[in-house]
Amino acid sequence: MNDTFQLDGAAVPFEPGQTVMQAALAAGHYIPHLCYHPEFKPHGSCKLCTVKVNGRTAASCTMPAEAGLDVESNIEEMNGLRRTLVQMLFAEGNHFCPSCEKSGNCMLQALGYDLEVRTAGFRHLYPDRPLDASHPDILLDFNRCILCELCVRASSEVDGKNVFGLSGRGITKQLIVNAESGLLKDTDIALTDKAMHVCPVGVILPKRVGFSVPIGKRRYDQRPISTQALDDAPRLADAGGSCDVCEGTP
Amino acid sequence: MSTLTDLHDDYLDSILARYDHSANNLLQMLCDVQERSGYIHTETVNYLSIKLRIPRVRIEGVATFYSFLHLQPHGEYRLLFSDNITDRMLGSQALMEKMCQQLWLQPGKVSEDGLVSINTTSCTGMCDQGPAMLVNGRAITRLTHQRVQEIASLIRSRTPLAGWPADFFHVEDNIRRSGPLFDNTSAPGDILRTALALGGKDIVEAVKNSGLRGRGGAGFPTGLKWDACRNAPGAARHVVCNADEGEPGTFKDRVLLNCQADLVFEGMTLCALAVGARHGYLYLRGEYRYLLEPLRAILQRRRDNNMLGKNILGQPGFDFDIAIHTGAGAYICGEESALIESLEGKRGVPRNRPPFPVTHGYMQQPTALDNVETFCSAALAIQMGAEKFRAIGTAKSSGSKLISVSGDCPRPGIYEYPFGMSVREVLQDCGAVNTRAVQVSGPSGVCVAESEFDRKLGFEDLPTAGAFMVFDDSRDLFEVARNFVHFFAHESCGFCTPCRVGTSMLKTTMDKIAAGLGSKYDLRDIERLDQVLQTSSHCGLGRTACNPVLHTLKHFRPAYENRLKFLEFKPAFDLDGALARARQMTGRDDVGAHLKTEET
Repeated sequence: MNDTFQLDGAAVPFEPGQTVMQAALAAGHYIPHLCYHPEFKPHGSCKLCTVKVNGRTAASCTMPAEAGLDVESNIEEMNGLRRTLVQMLFAEGNHFCPSCEKSGNCMLQALGYDLEVRTAGFRHLYPDRPLDASHPDILLDFNRCILCELCVRASSEVDGKNVFGLSGRGITKQLIVNAESGLLKDTDIALTDKAMHVCPVGVILPKRVGFSVPIGKRRYDQRPISTQALDDAPRLADAGGSCDVCEGTP
Repeated sequence: MSTLTDLHDDYLDSILARYDHSANNLLQMLCDVQERSGYIHTETVNYLSIKLRIPRVRIEGVATFYSFLHLQPHGEYRLLFSDNITDRMLGSQALMEKMCQQLWLQPGKVSEDGLVSINTTSCTGMCDQGPAMLVNGRAITRLTHQRVQEIASLIRSRTPLAGWPADFFHVEDNIRRSGPLFDNTSAPGDILRTALALGGKDIVEAVKNSGLRGRGGAGFPTGLKWDACRNAPGAARHVVCNADEGEPGTFKDRVLLNCQADLVFEGMTLCALAVGARHGYLYLRGEYRYLLEPLRAILQRRRDNNMLGKNILGQPGFDFDIAIHTGAGAYICGEESALIESLEGKRGVPRNRPPFPVTHGYMQQPTALDNVETFCSAALAIQMGAEKFRAIGTAKSSGSKLISVSGDCPRPGIYEYPFGMSVREVLQDCGAVNTRAVQVSGPSGVCVAESEFDRKLGFEDLPTAGAFMVFDDSRDLFEVARNFVHFFAHESCGFCTPCRVGTSMLKTTMDKIAAGLGSKYDLRDIERLDQVLQTSSHCGLGRTACNPVLHTLKHFRPAYENRLKFLEFKPAFDLDGALARARQMTGRDDVGAHLKTEET
């Protein structure tokens, strides 16, 4: 017999060691998230998955599930917070959805729609983030980076390469690559790397692939992310290293 | 060229050897390189990457996280003016401007000849003897216009730091009121012998019964922490002393480390006995670098006297030693899990908790991590006995508390009180008059207005890590809050969205209001940002980053409203201002080079 906790009034069973997020997704309950990826250890940085647990706020992706917890997620207070966080992420980088290859497959954009973010909300910071087009097969567009560190984690934990890392701190924190030149062409990244396939936004893109699936027919054009995420989530890491969530396969 | 490289490698090899070729000591290696070379060369990054077998991206990540480390040349003389509000109140901004003029230089830039750079840094912990600055990491106090001139000419003549007047580097203790901590005159080893007679279990019981709570501000019961650490399963246990006293306005640990260092180490050693640790670390903030040699000498003396090392004081099997690690300019490392990450040679990013350091701390092993003052107080509790210790202070706040007083008062310095003294008492003792507000426990603490001066310092009412910044009626509390907001934006580690982006937006909004472009919509933005920071930040930094604004808005709303010149929203973007660069480039400043001002 499993223990359960309450999520928005529903009883959610959980296994020992599961977090609130993992148990919720496995039981078919969606909690919005960006930096959480079912195949990786929870990170807890984007804070989109913040919920109220017994009246106090906590990130559900890192919060260990416990019997009897009272978790509130789909309430206006939390959704309002998430809207603001999405606005902050849009304002922090340079996001131009209409010209972005990831449009329709982008989790940030999909969350924006799903949470009904209708305005910019904040003054945009317009950071100066030059592209890295040095690699023959791969483009890096740092303008879209939301610093979820999924590529950092994938390259280190799955690929064993450490192609990506972080430099700076605070608002100057940025994604960097593991080369003295600072350029991707001088790393050992390969198209087949896991790190190529985990970016929730449009930073890491294979070159010479453009709009092969037309806008309007893409992943989150078909179904909202809240529905899609539930189909994808409760599965184990697969050995092939492919991931539907990130690759945008319909 | 090969000779130069070889010499360089020899030097790096000596550093690698000093730190056991362990990547856990990466930050310490980088600090040493920075101190010797003034910056960390690309070749150094490559060499360390190969020798330590870690990706260079990790070394770059660490080097760029800490303010005092540089990957580019930053001048032979690197001047950093302490930018706490108390330094500003003592005229630091004018002094920095003067220094820039004297050395023909703009803040944040390196002079073209590579001689010098000038910038600001977060509070250096010299608030009672400011304005203060750091020169190549060394603290200089009591800056005056004359001293600035002298420093500028020493730099122009390229005089090595060793040849500068010793008086520049003199740091006063300024103990204005002493109590059991400062009055303690026990000989080194005395308290340890008492502790040895008790044994580990009874030390924990005594600390529990003493009612001692952590002095870092959060106030967790120290005995419970030690007990949990003692009982946690693990291959090795560690004792860590948090001497990363970064909260602006706090400087009491600096004084304890200067005049009661044995008491600190005595506390750490009896903690090791209590929890069963063999290794201890003191994490010293980079700003207190000048204390490193004296502290190491004291550790050596204690080793020589068998108070550290093997079979301490003849107790078979009681082995313990202490190493000092230095920080490199990152306030966030005062947060316990960030401090542990930093101790492990990483970026100082707070961990996800649980698990907590008592079970998964340094190297994922059980770790008892306490503040400098907490270890001193624990030693005192063992010496006096729990009962006597408990008799000092109040029911829920036993013992004495060190208060770092700075700002508008004639007698700034350290005051030791039994817990439970009122804000008013402290103000009277330091001679403050016409006080408008007191910032208790630093920017992350509470701004107390006159109506609350009878509130008492202690865990029952006003918990404090020790900062006590006094502002008289000539001060503008909006500017105080703006200074603190800038501090938090600079010190955010950038891990979580709300703090990384939120502190930065709070800063730009406060600057917008300060520039006279504020409207009521900006106050609404501030409230929205405060809400997000408080409810969703990863750690205490983000959660408290809005406190200065919240508290000053509560007590001094007119200071904000007087600045709101517009009823309707005004954009922060200033079109004419944006043309300033074009004017500078073309050398024009005539009427035609400006936009016509619209009459409204």
